[in-house]
Amino acid sequence: MSGVNSVKKVEVKVKDIIQKYGSDKGFLVSILQDVQKEFNYLPKDALNTVSSYLDVAISRIFEVATFYKAFSLTPRGRHQLSLCMGTACYVRGASLIESNIERVLGLKPGETSPDLEFSFDTVNCLGSCASGPILVVDEENQGQMTVAKTNKILKKLGKKVKTDES
Amino acid sequence: MKVKSFKELKSLREEINNSRDPEKHCITICGGTGCLAYGAKGLVEQFKTEIEKENLGKKIDIRSTGCHGFCEQGPVVVIYPEKVFYRRVGLDDATEIIHRTVLNGEILDHLLYTDPSSGEKIIHEDDVPFYKKQMRLVFGMNGQIDPTSLEDYLAIGGYSALAKVLNGMEPEAVIEEVKKANLRGRGGGGFSAGWKWESTRKAKGDPKYVICNADEGDPGAYMDRSLLEGNPHLILEGMMIGAYAIGSSEGYIYVRNEYPLAVENVTTAIEKVRERGMLGEDILGSGFSFDIKVNRGGGAFVCGESSALFASLEGRAGEPRAKYIHATDRGLQNKPTNLNNVETWANVPFIINKGAEWYQNIGTENSKGTKIFSLVGKINNTGLVEIPMGMTLREIIEDIGGGTPAGSTFKAVQTGGPSGGCIPEQYLDMPIDFDALTKIGSMMGSGGMIVMDDRTCMVDVARYFLKFLEGESCGKCVPCREGVRRMREILDDICEGRGREGDVELLESLSHAIIDGSLCALGATAPNPVLSTIKYFREEYNAHIQEKKCPAGVCKELIRYKINEENCTGCGVCAKLCPAECISGEKKQPHVIDQDKCIKCGSCRESCKFDAVIVE
Repeated sequence: MSGVNSVKKVEVKVKDIIQKYGSDKGFLVSILQDVQKEFNYLPKDALNTVSSYLDVAISRIFEVATFYKAFSLTPRGRHQLSLCMGTACYVRGASLIESNIERVLGLKPGETSPDLEFSFDTVNCLGSCASGPILVVDEENQGQMTVAKTNKILKKLGKKVKTDES
Repeated sequence: MKVKSFKELKSLREEINNSRDPEKHCITICGGTGCLAYGAKGLVEQFKTEIEKENLGKKIDIRSTGCHGFCEQGPVVVIYPEKVFYRRVGLDDATEIIHRTVLNGEILDHLLYTDPSSGEKIIHEDDVPFYKKQMRLVFGMNGQIDPTSLEDYLAIGGYSALAKVLNGMEPEAVIEEVKKANLRGRGGGGFSAGWKWESTRKAKGDPKYVICNADEGDPGAYMDRSLLEGNPHLILEGMMIGAYAIGSSEGYIYVRNEYPLAVENVTTAIEKVRERGMLGEDILGSGFSFDIKVNRGGGAFVCGESSALFASLEGRAGEPRAKYIHATDRGLQNKPTNLNNVETWANVPFIINKGAEWYQNIGTENSKGTKIFSLVGKINNTGLVEIPMGMTLREIIEDIGGGTPAGSTFKAVQTGGPSGGCIPEQYLDMPIDFDALTKIGSMMGSGGMIVMDDRTCMVDVARYFLKFLEGESCGKCVPCREGVRRMREILDDICEGRGREGDVELLESLSHAIIDGSLCALGATAPNPVLSTIKYFREEYNAHIQEKKCPAGVCKELIRYKINEENCTGCGVCAKLCPAECISGEKKQPHVIDQDKCIKCGSCRESCKFDAVIVE
């Protein structure tokens, strides 16, 4: 597909999203959420389209896109892991799980691996405190997480979990 | 069909109720996020398939309801009209439940809840200790209705408070009633809702906005999510009554994007009620017009703060501003704005229907009504509990929550989210209300109640909250942006064995500077978790600083994992799971951890069934 075509395609999709919100600037955060859902991150072309169709300066769009934790300006990994760091999960040992995932993936929260295979994030509370600690693996909540269970999951996704293998 | 008058609403309600047989069996399956995570969705499908297959639709109804609160025991199934309570129900249990319990009246022993203190099996929902001491006023309807069904809500009397208000109550009288009930904001501040409504009504400016704050950011709190998910019409009804009293025609619900089911259910509820003509122009033929839009957040804790929330609703970065002028005068788009939290709105229909005097009978002198808490952390019965204000912390934690898990001892309970504090055992017999919690250095907050035991390090908890707030500080004012970071660095030092004499005093003095100098409540309350842990758990700080020890065995740099030879059975599970392969030993003989290779990941300790892995 040529570059021009893909820009057009982005434009069409973004316009659809904007129309859903009646081109109301007040819904900028919601619009960007939907754009991110569509493209897995916020592509520059998409942001330019949002800027021109909503009539909001691109600088303002970037301000919003970088302020909110939910947005990413770079492509996200094929597998996305987000670990709940709410207080309930924390007191049940989420920080041990966090360091273990950091160790195995070699990623700090918020980072994506260079091969775009994995993204790792922490979230502040998913409100599923009863089954904590929670790890969301590719949009699926997995409860009562332990270090050993994370290793099992990561192994299944093709990662080496032992220290001397990595 | 649109409902155009009070009479039509009444006859629609009668029509729905007449078409329903209260004696007909109804299997309700909790569809809250907690139970869904345990597979409730598949269970609903399983029940539906079975009933269809056996052609039992005339005898049995199936309903996927809102959250029942007892998330620990999910998936939860309650069978009406007897209210038989089954927990941890699996797909295989569906057939048996239908044939034996529903059709034959038999009780399935293995699905019953066992009271851990007495060992007794409990059959009915109301007899479960977790529910027994609760007063499930706002939350109680969740279990009876399908949140996506307007008919279900109408069947239990929904929108009757709205009809009462629109059919002859003056807006001022509505405000008077809410003021008399002394409804205080459930989002944390505890500010009088009636007073806010009155100020917004009296303020000059047009339009006036009514907003529901569903940006439930406090980690460990999820009552607002469960209300929005489980009973969205209750919130909508509360907002409509508020809008009528205030004189507003535009409303917003600002909800976290992390709560997809809440977004979905409340959006569906709005569509359904709009279709019926009960939201929008000329509601119930009263001449009152009001509409609600749903706006989603972007994962910023500070957006729960009113002025930051308005900025976000205007499509800007959620930075708070100084509040010389109240939002009731100039809020969203610089227009008069009334912002209340989800739970606050949910209380309104009850006050209107049952009256302020009835409402005043619940609670303590200055805190009326009930409060929903999310009882989580190191506690046996995790879930959402609704209690009348004035119940003691001990009753909640021990009687409702069933205490801390076996083998651990209670250390503290954290309330009020990152702005709150940690309350030690000595205050457990204190009755809870807005003022009492503030007095001991914590606060009500939105209702998170996180129980901590002897394996929770209080210094590490203080660091956790600061790390959270450091990440969530919007960065606009210096005391919060820089001060919180410096405090976190000092706590990092203490937790990692670099603590120095005088660090605690330095933390205290920094705290006061941040409290005095911050622009908004995020910064002004940020030091609370540190101050309260210093106040009540000073000895833990001292152990970290002077002895370089973490008594709770949490702070990595200060601990070592060891195997207790007496307890170790040599089962080899830990060795198999150890990613560093540093555990060795003969089969059936005590194992040993190689300290040089150990990466302190904790997998051995969590996997040992014999408590043989200890931390020094």
